[in-house]
Amino acid sequence: MYFRTWQRLSSVVLGLVFAPAAMADWGLNMPVGITEVSQSIFELHMLIFWICVWIGVVVFGVMFYSIFKHRKSKGAVASKFHESLGLELLWTAIPTVILIAMAVPATSVLIQMYDTTNSDVDIKITGHQWKWQYDYLGEDVGFFSNLTTTTDEIYNRTEKGENYLEEVDNHVVVPTGKKIRFLITSNDVIHAWWLPEIAVKKDAIPGYINESWALIPEGEEGLYRGKCAELCGVQHGFMPIVLEAVTADEYQAWLDDQRAGKVAEAAAALGDFSYDELMVEGAEVYARSCAGCHGTEGQGMGTIFPALAGSPIALNDMAGHIDIVINGKPGTAMQSFTAQLSDVQIAAVITFERNAWGNDTGETVTPQMIIDAKK
Amino acid sequence: MTTATASHDDHGHHGPAKGIMRWVLTTNHKDIGSMYLWFSFAMLLTGGVMALIVRAELFQPGMQLIRPEFYNQMTTMHGLIMVFGAIMPAFVGLANWMVPLMIGAPDMALPRMNNWSFWILPFAFGMLLFTLFTEAGAPNFGWTFYAPLSTTYAPSSVTYFIFGVHMMGISSIMGAINIIVTILNLRAPGMTLMKMPLFVWTWFITAYLLVAVMPVLAGVVTMMLMDIHYGTAFFDAAGGGDPVLFQHVFWFFGHPEVYIMILPAFGIVSQIIPTFARKPLFGYASMVYATSSIAFLSFIVWAHHMFTVGLPLQTELFFMYATMLIAIPTGVKVFNWVSTMFRGSMTFETPMLFAIAFVVLFTIGGFSGLMLSIAPADFQYHDTYFVVAHFHYVLVPGALFGIIAGVYYWLPKWTGHYYNENLGKFHFWMSFIGVNITFFPMHFIGLAGMPRRIPDYALQFADFNAIATVGAFIFGFSQLIFLFLLIKTIRGGEKATDRVWEGAEGLEWTIPSPAPYHTFAEPPHVK
Repeated sequence: MYFRTWQRLSSVVLGLVFAPAAMADWGLNMPVGITEVSQSIFELHMLIFWICVWIGVVVFGVMFYSIFKHRKSKGAVASKFHESLGLELLWTAIPTVILIAMAVPATSVLIQMYDTTNSDVDIKITGHQWKWQYDYLGEDVGFFSNLTTTTDEIYNRTEKGENYLEEVDNHVVVPTGKKIRFLITSNDVIHAWWLPEIAVKKDAIPGYINESWALIPEGEEGLYRGKCAELCGVQHGFMPIVLEAVTADEYQAWLDDQRAGKVAEAAAALGDFSYDELMVEGAEVYARSCAGCHGTEGQGMGTIFPALAGSPIALNDMAGHIDIVINGKPGTAMQSFTAQLSDVQIAAVITFERNAWGNDTGETVTPQMIIDAKK
Repeated sequence: MTTATASHDDHGHHGPAKGIMRWVLTTNHKDIGSMYLWFSFAMLLTGGVMALIVRAELFQPGMQLIRPEFYNQMTTMHGLIMVFGAIMPAFVGLANWMVPLMIGAPDMALPRMNNWSFWILPFAFGMLLFTLFTEAGAPNFGWTFYAPLSTTYAPSSVTYFIFGVHMMGISSIMGAINIIVTILNLRAPGMTLMKMPLFVWTWFITAYLLVAVMPVLAGVVTMMLMDIHYGTAFFDAAGGGDPVLFQHVFWFFGHPEVYIMILPAFGIVSQIIPTFARKPLFGYASMVYATSSIAFLSFIVWAHHMFTVGLPLQTELFFMYATMLIAIPTGVKVFNWVSTMFRGSMTFETPMLFAIAFVVLFTIGGFSGLMLSIAPADFQYHDTYFVVAHFHYVLVPGALFGIIAGVYYWLPKWTGHYYNENLGKFHFWMSFIGVNITFFPMHFIGLAGMPRRIPDYALQFADFNAIATVGAFIFGFSQLIFLFLLIKTIRGGEKATDRVWEGAEGLEWTIPSPAPYHTFAEPPHVK
């Protein structure tokens, strides 16, 4: 730890000394992005940036000229002028002209960004504390997307992976060459769905459905990473977005896979599971969906997120335990997991919670019990 | 900060009372001004420690020192304390001290209310800070406290927060009314409005902004209180309410609030630059008009904080154009300051250094503000560190440097002693270097895609975050130099002349240094 701190410090110092060389891979500027809109935005950004630079050069130039030339120690005698209507008018008029020149392209880009008509693919995005849900409208495909960076990486117990805090279990897959419309909303607090490479950032607000769109050109297939941009609670920094752009054909195949997977999952719930199988599956589900709030050892977090180890619900009240996982607790971050976990996963995680960290109830919750509880 | 010299001067007034009750019961504008300034300095250090906790955690990727839930409490409390506890009371303190001296008034118009305005504040902030030690923890929803994170999903301490905001609001409104009444009624004969020093003018306009928008803030927190405890659903979509309404109401307060925190600093800088350039302020009248225009525009630009909430296109365009307009009067001010320096006879004492740094760095903050006003580009900037860089540039080397410049400028008048110039310059250079190392890299990490208000970040942001943290510690600890200098100057030092600065103009420089406990019992005549 100390070693790494020093390594970081020395790289900072070196970075300052050899700034131009080191800065190349530091990420200094806005990404140009892959869509027409993101490129237009980048151009607007650079235009206004250079306008500011030139105004700065002129204003600070005059100022530093005065600071060096008109100083008392050089014998400068103060002049007495303190008014000039001409100058005042000039430096009101010039900025006005510059601003109008700037407003014209900004307006046209904004109009383009707001045109969500004629979309080929519609994806509803729902923000939850602290994960994203994607539903492909009219395709019967939908899933949740959770952070996969482990708590061991976050708390510095293991090396951090290459895509630290920017990796998820289920990518939102989109076709290239098609106009994709995003319908963005939230299930609890306000989030914001942001993917810099396509310049889409829209707040996800409960009770609202916001629209945005992107058209990723063919040939730009790949993985693109983004983040939640609006403070949404404790794990705001831990709900990234990974978008996978694939060709239109691959997209169709992916949709079919998703639908087939769902059928298989429903069939699996009717099978038999041993206690050991459920415990193994439950530990995985717990780490991904529950540990963020309830702690890796079921110890809870602060006063907001109760401990599960030794909790009365996990030790005694099995029906209540099943109910809170299926239906959630309104007004808290404890959401309904019906839509994001399969019956097998819910059974497994409840079994796990009732038998881990000293909660030795010895009870097994089967998928059939979950199916019955949902009725 | 006033010395306890009881001045049995020619008017036969009595000096201050002895002991602690002097400060509790005082109605003297100088005592109350000093208390405001010390209070705001204490809050600056408190909020500063919180910022350093935040920066220390962000030094490296991964969670090292604190947990995410405490991180959110730190960012929230840092923002609230700096805005409402450090910057605003510091300006009120300067106004208390200087407005009567600059317009030739014997005191503030409403001295007892003045006492009350101040004494509310320690209780308001005591209550806010005490939530840190409760089981639920302090407010954790950001200083902008967007619903429903601050209502349905808030920790129970939110109720204390609401009560605290109400108290701060009452204090601010009373302080503002006092300043307006003083300026309108207690000016010395001959001191017409267009002869008032610019610090008085900017505060006059600021006070109207306060009276206009603090009740809006009170309204929005009351709506939250109703939602939380009395079953209403103003901001709850499930009950037919509207979370976006919160943002409209909050920013209708919030944007004028931004100018409340900068206009008095414009005034201070407009006093200092002519003094050290030994040349009258260029374009006095246009400065007054520009300040008024900025104040007016501040009421019609609020939704530029909400470009990504899904406003209709026409609304978006209106707020973009209105926001861009602000650049014009702000530009006029900067051009006027530069023209004041041009062909002057400049010296660079500490107040002037801070004032020049203000002009340069505030302008950089203004440039990033202009970039943010371009709505399409704002979709990329919004809620990133680019925004953090922007508002810290206008608030730290902007508002805070303005305050510090004012303190150095008037300190000899308050204490009767010159401060140590070398120590002052050391403080300046450490602050100047620290502030830029802290906030300049934030432009880069923001553009590269780092969202604000996150306790941990992806690896590509590591280097600039480490640099920013180093800068923050330099800047933070430099303020201890300032504390040391202040105490040293109060206790002694070279005797200050009445005029203090060679180029100083104005009524405050016609009275003795240190300023007697009672001044202008007989109004001066202004030619």
